[in-house]
Amino acid sequence: MPKVGLFVTCLVDLFRPNVAFSAIRLLEQAGCEVVVPEAQTCCGQPAYNNGHSRDTRAIARQVMTAFADCEYVVAPSGSCAAMLRLHYPRLFTMDAREQAKANAFAERCWELSSFLVEICGLEAGSGHYVGKVAYHDGCSGLRELQVRHQPRQLLGGISGLKLCEVADGESCCGFGGTFCVKYPQISARMADDKAKNLIATGAETVVAGELGCLLNIAGRLERLGSEIRVYHLAEVLAGRTDVAPIAGLESDS
Amino acid sequence: MKPVVHDFPHRAATALADEQLQGALRQARGGFVDKRRKALEALPEYPQIRAAAADIRAHSLAHLDFYLERFAERAEACGTRVHWARDGAEARQIITDICREADARKVIKGKTMVGEEIDINGALEEANLEVLETDLGEYIIQLAKETPSHIIAPAVHKNRAQISSLFARAHEKLGYKEAVTGIAEIVGRAREVLRQGFLQADVGITGANFLVAETGSMVLVTNEGNGDLTSSLPDTHIVLTSIEKVVPTLDDATTLLRVLARSATGQPITSYTSFYTGPRRADDADGPSEMHVVLLDNGRSRMLGGDYAEMLRCIRCGACLNHCPVYGSLGGHAYGWVYPGPMGAVLSPLLLGLPEAAHLPNACTLNGHCAEVCPVGIPLPDMSRKLRQEEQAEGLGSRRDRALLKVWSYVARHPRLYHGLAGCAAPLLRWLCRSGMIHFVPGLGTLLAARACPAPEGHSFHRLWQKKSAERTS
Repeated sequence: MPKVGLFVTCLVDLFRPNVAFSAIRLLEQAGCEVVVPEAQTCCGQPAYNNGHSRDTRAIARQVMTAFADCEYVVAPSGSCAAMLRLHYPRLFTMDAREQAKANAFAERCWELSSFLVEICGLEAGSGHYVGKVAYHDGCSGLRELQVRHQPRQLLGGISGLKLCEVADGESCCGFGGTFCVKYPQISARMADDKAKNLIATGAETVVAGELGCLLNIAGRLERLGSEIRVYHLAEVLAGRTDVAPIAGLESDS
Repeated sequence: MKPVVHDFPHRAATALADEQLQGALRQARGGFVDKRRKALEALPEYPQIRAAAADIRAHSLAHLDFYLERFAERAEACGTRVHWARDGAEARQIITDICREADARKVIKGKTMVGEEIDINGALEEANLEVLETDLGEYIIQLAKETPSHIIAPAVHKNRAQISSLFARAHEKLGYKEAVTGIAEIVGRAREVLRQGFLQADVGITGANFLVAETGSMVLVTNEGNGDLTSSLPDTHIVLTSIEKVVPTLDDATTLLRVLARSATGQPITSYTSFYTGPRRADDADGPSEMHVVLLDNGRSRMLGGDYAEMLRCIRCGACLNHCPVYGSLGGHAYGWVYPGPMGAVLSPLLLGLPEAAHLPNACTLNGHCAEVCPVGIPLPDMSRKLRQEEQAEGLGSRRDRALLKVWSYVARHPRLYHGLAGCAAPLLRWLCRSGMIHFVPGLGTLLAARACPAPEGHSFHRLWQKKSAERTS
C-alpha cells in the first residue's frame, strides 16, 4: 500500500474542500494510504510566477520537508503538480545538493488523474453521473504534464456520463493565477470566449482537474446566465456531486 | 515606430472596447490555427523537421560571428554591397545615403518588420522620398496611417468595409470614381495602382527571411509576388534585415522554409520563395544594377550568450501570436511597438529595456500554447517568467503588488498562521459572496465586473480535516 501525501492546494483548501475529500476517497479506493501533512500551505506559484525567486525557494523547501516521508505526492491540480514536478528542480540550479533533492522530490509528484491511471493502473472510473459533460483541459496539466487522455479515460467509465469535446479546447480560459487579478479585463475577455465555447457544446456539466480554471469559468458562466453545473474532476469521479456545484451565490441567494 | 509599450494597460482597454477590432480578431483567430493544424497533420515528420529547424537556429547563433563574416564575404563576391548598422539611426542613414547616391525620388517597399522597427519610412519621407508599400496589408495600413498589428498579416485588424472606404478616398485622386467592395475587386484595384508604382520606382527595399552564409544569398518569402517586383524592377535593390537571420547553408534554409510557411499560414510553401544572390549579371535579362544589404544589430548582439539568446532563433512566423489568447483578445496595437504577441512580449523588453516594456511579460497566463507551436523551440513562457524575476530584482513594477506578494509569501511560509487565516477567511469569504459585499472589497471591482465570485464552501479543508482526524482518534 503506497503512502501518498495529498497536496491539497491553496484554492481547494479555501474554496472547495470537497475536492480534497474526493481525492482522498479516490486514492484510498485505488489502494493507497493517504496522509495530509499539516505543514503544507501553497506550492509557491504566486511568488514564482511573479518573479519572487527567494520566497519561492523558501516555500519549495517547506513543501519538500512536509512531504519528506511520502512515497508519492499527489495534487488535484495540474498547475500545482507541474510546479512541484517541473519547476522545483529549476529553482535550485545554483546548488547541486539542493537540486538533487528537488529532482528526487519531483519524480514522486503527480497530478491526480495521471497518478490514478499511470501509477495505480486504474483503467476507468466507476460510479454514476447522468448527463453530457464537457471536459476542460487546464493548460499546465495539458502542456507541462501531458494530462490529456487520463481524465477522459477515467470519465469514460462513469455510467450515464456522455463526454464531449469543446471547440478551441486547448486555449487558456484566462485564469492564469495572479494574471486575472493584474489584468482582469483581458482575463474576462478570455473567460468569455471559453464560456461561450462551453455553452455551445450543449453540455449540462463542465468538468476540469484544475480549480483555478473552474472558479473562473463558473464565475463567467453564471454572469452569462448559463445553467451549466461546474464540478472538479475528482468530485465527479468520487461520486461526491451531492454538494452544490462550483458557482457564486448570486443565483441561489 | 516610437515605442509606447509602457501605455499597455490603457491601450489594452481601448482594444477591448473597440467592437470593430473585436469582430476582426474573432474572425481571424480560428483561421490561422486551423490551417496550421491541417498542414501539420499532412506532415507526419514535422516533429523531426522542427527539431532540425531548432538545431539549425541554435547552431547559427552559437557561431553567429563566423557565419555573418562568411555571408558578408560571399555576398560581396557576388557584387552585393554589405553594410553593418549598429542601431536604427545608422541603418536609416545608410539607406537614405544609398537613395541619395542613386538620385532616387520614388521608393517601393516589400514588407519588412525590421523596417518598421527602425521606422525607415519616416526617414525616407524626411529625405523627401516618396514611399509606397507594395504588400497589400502594408499598403492598406500605409493608407490608414497606421502600424502593422500582426507580423505576417499587418492589416488583420481591418475589415473589408474599412479597406473599401480607405481605397475610395485614396484612389479618387487617381481618377477612380467607383468604390470597390468585393475581395477580388479590392485586390484587382490594388494591383492596378501598385503596378504604376513598381514601374516608376528608383529604389526597392525588401526584408529577408534568411541569409545564407554558404552562397551569400538572401531568401524572401511572399504570397503576392510583390517582393520579386520590388527587388527586380527598380535599378537599386536594398535588403534591410537583422544579423540573427543568417543560416549556414542552402539546405538549412530549405529546412527552415518547411516549417516557416506551415507555421505561419498553413501553406506547405509560400507562393513565392526567392533567393537573391547579387545584382544583375552581364548575361541576366533583368534585375537591379545595384544591390545592397543592411545588417542591423539594434541590441541583438547583446542578447547572444545570455539568458535570452534563444529568442534570436525566432523566424517571425507568427504562430505564437495566432495561438495566444491575449493577442487574440487585444490584437497587435495594444502591445505598443512592432512586435506583438508572445514573441513581442519577450523581445520588446530585451530590445527596449524593462522600464519601457515590463507590462508585456506580465500580461501572459503562462499557458504555454506559444512554446508548443513555436517551430524553433523558443521557451517563451520561461523567458516571460525570467523577465518578471528581473523586473522584481530591479525593483520595477507596482509597489502595491510587491507588498501584497511579500505578505502572502510570509504567510505561506508559516503553516500555522496560514491555516489559522484560511480557517477564518473561508467563512468570511462565503459571507461576503452571499451578502454581495464582495463587490465592495477594494481591488476586486474589475475582477468581478465580468464574472461572479464563486462562493467557497465555508470552511477550509485543513480545519475540516483536523476535526475529522480528531473524531477518528477519539
